[in-house]
Amino acid sequence: MKEQLQKDFDNSIKNLSLSQKDIEIKKFCLENFIDKGFPNRKEEDWKFSDLNQIIKNNIGELSFYNDQTSTNKVDTSVFVDGLEHNKIVFINGRIEKIDFEYEKKDQIEIIDQSETINEFKNSNSLSDLNNAFTNKCFKILVKKGYQLVKPLIIYHTTNTKIWSKNINLRLNFELDKDSSLRLVDLFNDTSEKNFLNIFYNFELKENAILKNYKVDKFENKNIKYSFNNIDQDKNSVSETFILSSGSNFSKNEINCNLNGVYASAFVNGIFSLNNHKHHEIRSIINHLTENTKSYQLIKSVLDESSKAVYQGKIFVNSDAQKTDGYQLSKAILLNKEAEFNAKPELEIYADDVKCSHGSASGSLNEDSIFYLMSRGLSYQQSRELLINGFLLDVVEKITDSEIKNLIKNMIGIKE
Amino acid sequence: MDNRQKEINNLKDYKYGFSTNIENIQAPKGLNEDVIKFISNIKKEPEWMLEFRLKAFERFKVLKEPDWQKPKFPKIDYQDLYYYSAPKSMKDKPKSLDELDPKLLETYKKLGIPLQEQARLNGIAVDAVFDSVSVATTFKDELTKQGIIFCPISEAIQNHPELVKKYLGSVIPTSDHFFATLNSAVFTDGSFVYIPEGVRCPMELSTYFRINASNTGQFERTLIIADKRSYVSYLEGCTAPMRDENQLHAANVELIALDDAEIKYSTVQNWYPGDKDGKGGIYNFVTKRGLCKGKNSKISWTQVETGSAITWKYPSCILKGDNSIGEFYSIAITNNHQKADTGTKMIHLGKNTKSKIISKGISAGSSDMTYRGLVDISSKAKNSTNYTQCDSLLMGNKCGAHTVPYIKNKNSESNIAHEATTSKISEEQLHYCQQRGLNPEEAVGLIVNGFCKEVLQQLPMEFAVEAQKLVGISLEGSVG
Repeated sequence: MKEQLQKDFDNSIKNLSLSQKDIEIKKFCLENFIDKGFPNRKEEDWKFSDLNQIIKNNIGELSFYNDQTSTNKVDTSVFVDGLEHNKIVFINGRIEKIDFEYEKKDQIEIIDQSETINEFKNSNSLSDLNNAFTNKCFKILVKKGYQLVKPLIIYHTTNTKIWSKNINLRLNFELDKDSSLRLVDLFNDTSEKNFLNIFYNFELKENAILKNYKVDKFENKNIKYSFNNIDQDKNSVSETFILSSGSNFSKNEINCNLNGVYASAFVNGIFSLNNHKHHEIRSIINHLTENTKSYQLIKSVLDESSKAVYQGKIFVNSDAQKTDGYQLSKAILLNKEAEFNAKPELEIYADDVKCSHGSASGSLNEDSIFYLMSRGLSYQQSRELLINGFLLDVVEKITDSEIKNLIKNMIGIKE
Repeated sequence: MDNRQKEINNLKDYKYGFSTNIENIQAPKGLNEDVIKFISNIKKEPEWMLEFRLKAFERFKVLKEPDWQKPKFPKIDYQDLYYYSAPKSMKDKPKSLDELDPKLLETYKKLGIPLQEQARLNGIAVDAVFDSVSVATTFKDELTKQGIIFCPISEAIQNHPELVKKYLGSVIPTSDHFFATLNSAVFTDGSFVYIPEGVRCPMELSTYFRINASNTGQFERTLIIADKRSYVSYLEGCTAPMRDENQLHAANVELIALDDAEIKYSTVQNWYPGDKDGKGGIYNFVTKRGLCKGKNSKISWTQVETGSAITWKYPSCILKGDNSIGEFYSIAITNNHQKADTGTKMIHLGKNTKSKIISKGISAGSSDMTYRGLVDISSKAKNSTNYTQCDSLLMGNKCGAHTVPYIKNKNSESNIAHEATTSKISEEQLHYCQQRGLNPEEAVGLIVNGFCKEVLQQLPMEFAVEAQKLVGISLEGSVG
């Protein structure tokens, strides 16, 4: 793999006009990655999902160079109907379109940061990989007091042109004071056997509101890793919803730093898996100052020989008195081959806090099925009704009604 | 005079902190094959036992000290320890208690464990371990009548080799983790219990561990076998003198329950925790593992952990037999600079297996407490259930309380429920108690005892009273 990395790296920087210093940084990151390789189960954070093995078994040899000189045609049929929205379109990792047609132009700034790489503070080797190979990096700045009229949908599309490739993406967002953004990540893959490595960085200033919905619904054979770093100032709110279902393997990581008082973070997620899929959500909520709040709810429905992992950590600093932290994960195993692993973690250094977590996993409740069947439903119908209700609980947590309906329609959940 | 006063003051805090001035036989300092042969030789062990030790030592040489635990500690120099230390008077085993060195009798009397049987009214058989040897076992005759074997493990190796050979290392193999393997190589003494088929042990069996010599590691090994349809309740208590340096205690405990048998293992651990500034104290790195080998068997661990500078242990149950049950009840209290990383492992292999975990952690002062546990339901363990509850109580804002559960469910017909909370003693509760005439310390004591009650109830009567007092003492000075 080493020669391949080196060769692809040389190819990719050839096309970029980078300063010597930036090249040095990229080289340093590349060397780090060559040194560490893909994360494996020996690392505590990857205990339940050995990415190195997963890539080996599903893809084999990866190549890292993407020729991004020519444009791809944007297929408008993938766009969401019936909802007016702003768009960013990625095709095979290349930004094809940035369109804020519904917004005031002077309130949103798009900054090309390709030439100033800011290193991601994340301990795993995938951040090094991302640093070494991302070639376009935009920062989207929402100016003070501006609240986007329409949601922004980011389309992550891949097509059959690529094969056994690693794609690295990077986006930075800054939400200035009193601003708000609704963001939907929509994955749409027709390619197979690629590894997507996505890094987002969010900076929320005072009173800013971020709503991020990640929807990975369509069946595909790709492997995905997505890392979200969220820094929150006073009074800011972040809401993250993850629908984890389509890809062969997917790991979403949310790292949320509650730096300002009264900041709050919400993380909700659904795993709906079948057929050998293996998905993971790992969340780290750092309560760094007093009077902060976090709430997490993760529900899984696992069929066939699928596997879901939830690792959630609530960290409470010694200054973070009056913290309120809550975390709940529930799983239904529909098949005897399915597997659910959880590691709900609390690390607490302050005494005046209210923190709790719960985790439960098991089969569908036979009594409930009996109850429904005695009222005339078939076994299949009762089962569907129960699963529907189980998942609806999480979808109902979505605070934006437009997007809630969109997601409900997508996964066919009825009220 | 000043020093004397200091000593007295210190003793008030940890009343078991005295040391006995007694002549010792020690193995040469350091760890090598010769020392292992020395231990084996002085214990007059058969050839197979020495092989067992050497095999473990071979394995130990390639292992690295683990470092994933939460409480970090300075590197232990394993060559700077004495691996065997015994009172000189024990060289030729005394035949009866009358021949026992009066100094030893005095020591145990001071610890509240009179070894003379007539002094015991409550009928608990005690095996007393002093540094590396077992000095006395009481009530032997009465137990022998029922066919129960309760003796030091070194005696069992000589008198019951068939049992020891069959079961020793069957739950904790010589190829296990770092400290367990070290123990397999150099263990010195400990208790051996065998309860024959259909026998319900008529009294509580108990071991009392005492570390006396300085610079000594204590490596005891306990093996308890409950044959079909038998029952035994076993207690373990421990103390050590106050010394400035840290001492290592790495014990292995193996429990084996055959068909329909039940083992109840209770620990009140009160090793010297170090002084107020965190100097000295015992490193308590213990491997405890129980195997529910037969169907309908049950193993229950109860622990009250108040001592030690660092406690690092996970009493586990391997639920292999169908319908077997594993239970774990724990109270861990840390104060001053104590650190604890403790919890349990429940490994479900058989059908219809059940496990229950109740863990209560209390941290005060500048201490740090971690609950770390594993619940693993394998794909064959149909219809299994687990219930876990771990609650932490924090006192003061310099301490930490952490929960790290690992939950693995590979079986759709099994259910796992886990809940954890972290909180502090509320002002209202304190106010309520004080209003009714309790002083703040008493009020905290009452509330903490209520918090721990679920676990304290699991202890045998005599222990429960002691443990309840211990909970109060450990938290003294942490209010206000």
